[in-house]
Amino acid sequence: MSVPGAALVGELKRHGFDFFTGVPCSFLTAILDRLEAEGYRAAVREDVAVGLAAGAYLAGRRPVVLMQNSGLGVSLNALASLNLLYRIPVLLVISLRGYQIVDAPEHWVMGEVTTRLLETVRVPYRIVGESTYVDDCAAMAKVNREERLPAALLIRKGAVA
Amino acid sequence: MTRAEAIAAVSDCLADEVVVHANGAICRESFASGDRPGNFYMIGSMGLAASIGLGVALARPEKRVVIFDGDGNVLMALGTLAMVAAEGPRNFLHVVFDNRTYGSTGSQPTHSRQVPLEEVARGCGYRRAVRVTERGPLVAAVRELQGELGPTFLLVEVSPEESVGLPRIPLPPEAITDRLRGYLAGG
Repeated sequence: MSVPGAALVGELKRHGFDFFTGVPCSFLTAILDRLEAEGYRAAVREDVAVGLAAGAYLAGRRPVVLMQNSGLGVSLNALASLNLLYRIPVLLVISLRGYQIVDAPEHWVMGEVTTRLLETVRVPYRIVGESTYVDDCAAMAKVNREERLPAALLIRKGAVA
Repeated sequence: MTRAEAIAAVSDCLADEVVVHANGAICRESFASGDRPGNFYMIGSMGLAASIGLGVALARPEKRVVIFDGDGNVLMALGTLAMVAAEGPRNFLHVVFDNRTYGSTGSQPTHSRQVPLEEVARGCGYRRAVRVTERGPLVAAVRELQGELGPTFLLVEVSPEESVGLPRIPLPPEAITDRLRGYLAGG
């Protein structure tokens, strides 16, 4: 069973998220399709999206960055030396290529280490589930709001459709 | 013209703009020449000054945003120039202090020796992109670009000499965040 893209985006909006950017992934298409109407801004790289989101936060917005887990590697320095250092929150919506599924070889290593990478840089995360997504969104929005730290929603293949 | 002189000359032209500073000596020289509540000092995340500034500019289109960038920073995320041009924020002035070196790591050469960054910006679609080498034309260019629709790009050729003994930014990073958020919230 999948979470409808509109339902997930609806939860994000309900929690006040109002600035959306990122780099696409095929696992995230159902979410991205729903974000066109929300003024989604395409970024050239994932760390650039994190920078764009940081600027939006400084200007009073509540940002979300979508990316493939390959982009988490690209974003690590931005998360460490911008978001975590300056306490600039962002909600990361990260696809889980290569995580407990048969996937293309370029995703094997990152798929295996994505959750551990997030733990290493102390970014809380939830793996989004059909029966838990309302709570997943609420919990990660709370980390953003109350701790002013980045948090991540992880999207497995077919989890959002 | 040294970079410190160029930064002071540009800063003297500014009023209530938000100024996002690239990491390194640009932050320190600007802070030493005068701190302002609209200043954001990026001490890490090299390459992201323009994207942070773009985020502010898109979220607050009525507020003028200036980037104090360096050649090494621009080259590190060159695709950002395409994104800025495509988004087309009218309130965005991108100033690049080009010393053609990675100054704080021992003055190793950057590719801006061979690649004119203002031509890259123009090719991407910035509304105007100009290069200046002297203080007089620099001040005139800033005044002119302040009256034009962005995104605009000003490349300032500066000497590669580094300021010595400038202290690090004394504000804690979290305080830099709070201050700019408060400034933009009108508080």
